[in-house]
Amino acid sequence: MSATTLAPAAAPMIELRGISRRFEKKLDFAGRIAKRLGAPVREEIVHAVDGVDLSIAKGEVVGLVGESGCGKSTLGRMVAGILPPSDGTVLRQGRDITVLNTQDAREAKLRTQMIFQDPYASLNPRMRVADIVGEAPHVHGIVSGRDWNDYVDEQLRRAGLDPALKRRYPHQFSGGQRQRIGIARALAVKPDFLVCDEAVAALDVSIQAQILNLFMKLRRELDLTYLFISHDLGVVEHLSDRVVIMYLGRVVESAPAAEVFARANHPYTVSLLSAVPRIDSRKRAFSVVQGEIPSPLNPPPGCHFHPRCPHAMPRCKVERPALREIAPGHISACHLNDAS
Amino acid sequence: MTAASISASPISAAPTLEVRNLQTHFFTRAGVVKAVDGVSFTVPRGKVLGLVGESGSGKTVTGFSIIGLVDPPGRIVGGEILYQGKNLASLSEEEMRHLRGNRIAMIFQDPMMTLNPVLRIDTQMIETVRAHTKVSHEEARQRARDTLGMVGIPSPDERLKSYPHQFSGGMRQRVAIAIALLHRPELIVADEPTTALDVTIQGQILAEVQKLAATTGTSLIWITHDLSVVAGLADEIAVMYAGRVVEHGLVEQVLDRPLHPYTAGLIGSVPSRNKRGEPLRQIPGMTPSLLSLPAGCAFRSRCPRAGEECGIEPPIREILPGRDARCHRPILEAAEVASA
Ligand SMILES: Nc1ncnc2c1ncn2[C@@H]1O[C@H](COP(=O)(O)OP(=O)(O)OP(=O)(O)O)[C@@H](O)[C@H]1O
Ligand SMILES: Nc1ncnc2c1ncn2[C@@H]1O[C@H](COP(=O)(O)OP(=O)(O)OP(=O)(O)O)[C@@H](O)[C@H]1O
Ligand code: SF4
Ligand code: SF4
Ligand SMILES: [Mg+2]
Ligand SMILES: [Mg+2]
Repeated sequence: MSATTLAPAAAPMIELRGISRRFEKKLDFAGRIAKRLGAPVREEIVHAVDGVDLSIAKGEVVGLVGESGCGKSTLGRMVAGILPPSDGTVLRQGRDITVLNTQDAREAKLRTQMIFQDPYASLNPRMRVADIVGEAPHVHGIVSGRDWNDYVDEQLRRAGLDPALKRRYPHQFSGGQRQRIGIARALAVKPDFLVCDEAVAALDVSIQAQILNLFMKLRRELDLTYLFISHDLGVVEHLSDRVVIMYLGRVVESAPAAEVFARANHPYTVSLLSAVPRIDSRKRAFSVVQGEIPSPLNPPPGCHFHPRCPHAMPRCKVERPALREIAPGHISACHLNDAS
Repeated sequence: MTAASISASPISAAPTLEVRNLQTHFFTRAGVVKAVDGVSFTVPRGKVLGLVGESGSGKTVTGFSIIGLVDPPGRIVGGEILYQGKNLASLSEEEMRHLRGNRIAMIFQDPMMTLNPVLRIDTQMIETVRAHTKVSHEEARQRARDTLGMVGIPSPDERLKSYPHQFSGGMRQRVAIAIALLHRPELIVADEPTTALDVTIQGQILAEVQKLAATTGTSLIWITHDLSVVAGLADEIAVMYAGRVVEHGLVEQVLDRPLHPYTAGLIGSVPSRNKRGEPLRQIPGMTPSLLSLPAGCAFRSRCPRAGEECGIEPPIREILPGRDARCHRPILEAAEVASA
């Protein structure tokens, strides 16, 4: 399917309009024990993603950062079309993915692939690498039976794996190699958009560098678009064209990568950047962001960041700040921007 | 950097702990895993030693060996762990239990290794205090409360009455750190205690730890795979590869002018040490299996400097004053230039 049959070529690769997702929060282990002991704990509703607008242009690499539980994975899964939103619409190249006919929906799904943190959990341990990589292209008729072997070899080679190893099983590979298998599998169905969710988080730094280099090479060769989710700001800074920062289910800032790291606007972004340990720092006093990450079950009213914000004003406790453009391509949701 | 500061040998300060050629092996069915096979370092009084290395390099086994928590099929088979003139490796389980939690404490990545989910924090802390010191219940409670305050837990009196599940992950780790501090130990072995935490929370804990080390004189072994954390926190650094310490020295010396090619490779692959968007410098290949280490230098197959002599295993030796490395062909050029 060519892009033109979907929508005008100028339409963004993906566009989210007012996307929200709610979950019923299950109790964790400690909570379950506490409940059994009679403590007053119960399941509640989490607003994992709360009214997000986001657009990703074709060929763009967007880094999505934020602390644990802020909704990055939930947003990524909605972008990839594997989790339906509670509210809002997801447009892929201008078309609402929830109202596509089955054929188009299947193709849209194939053309967006997700790569996860733990490659081992996402690879079937009983399948040989050749089948892991070659199954989907075969099922979807992307490659004929006659060309299948060559096709699989090409996918493996492109991901930096020796095709001679294709008869092996996932457990016979290292963590970095397994991530390469996951990448080869994703690329085998000819996607144009990859959602990478903490794809290098489990890897050692020397292996992480190899995989990041592979992502950058593939982007150039295959003209891919990426949503790159990571809690590691160093990785995101290196890779992304644009960075989006989330806090408790909302986007608080978005700007070209260089701009975010040079001129962060939102007080949360500023705090986050100052807390990142840097290899060039020496015996320094770690800068401290006050307070804990509030529970997404019961987020603070107004600006979610106000209990931790050094600039909080009375207004911040009651009024949710809207995202506003503060410089070309740079948006931020903070009441301080109204004063100027 | 002047010549004087280069010759400030880390070994000259009176050490709290000295580890000499430690060997801890696991006798598994597949063969002998030499998890730790020649680890030497000193931990000066009141200083922080960063023990870094990639996954499987033997950091945790080193920490467990020091506090006597290696379980079969693992065994310390060689070397010495000298603490106050005593070799901890030869103490009885009884003597070791007395030291552990009292003079030497451990903090784990998962605070629930320390905390009991069904007991209130005050119960756990008071028990811990009274296990090693004969004090009244009320005195023990006081000490618990003061220690919680020391690690930055607000309203410690109230929080003492909580159960672990009522704390966030970061707060649980603070409680675990407080428990480790209850007896004002001389040495704390901390195994990746902030790795699972968000950067803002990590920053808060690192700041508290830094203050504690400076004010209490407690020595710390801070185990991490994150060079950026030790850059800001530690005084000295020991780099492990395949069960051995390959480089040891003051943080600024090791990070600014690494002698060992592996250390140099690790530092080079950190994204912030690379130009944005350009391929990251990467170490080729991957860590060899500990079950079948190649003859000679364990890093040889990945090393850009490897030569003929590297077929023979290099000993660790003092290459520059106060600076040890395990390499036949250390990187001397930069260091020579800088000290000239
Ligand atoms: N299937 C689910 N059921 C219930 N709650 C969920 C579910 N998935 C996510 N949540 C909750 O939604 C919120 C956002 O979760 P999400 O996994 O999207 O965060 P994240 O930013 O990816 O965090 P992390 O950095 O830890 O991966 C969290 O509070 C989480 O507990
Ligand atoms: N009980 C055990 N039986 C056999 N081998 C073991 C055992 N415990 C550890 N090992 C091996 O010892 C080696 C060192 O492990 P260790 O846990 O110390 O690594 P590490 O440096 O802490 O890694 P990580 O960063 O992943 O925590 C590994 O190869 C591991 O497989
Ligand atoms: S809106 Fe107010 S509380 Fe929120 S970030 Fe801006 S100044 Fe801080
Ligand atoms: S001994 Fe040889 S192979 Fe090993 S690190 Fe040094 S130069 Fe490289
Ligand atoms: Mg996630
Ligand atoms: Mg470990």
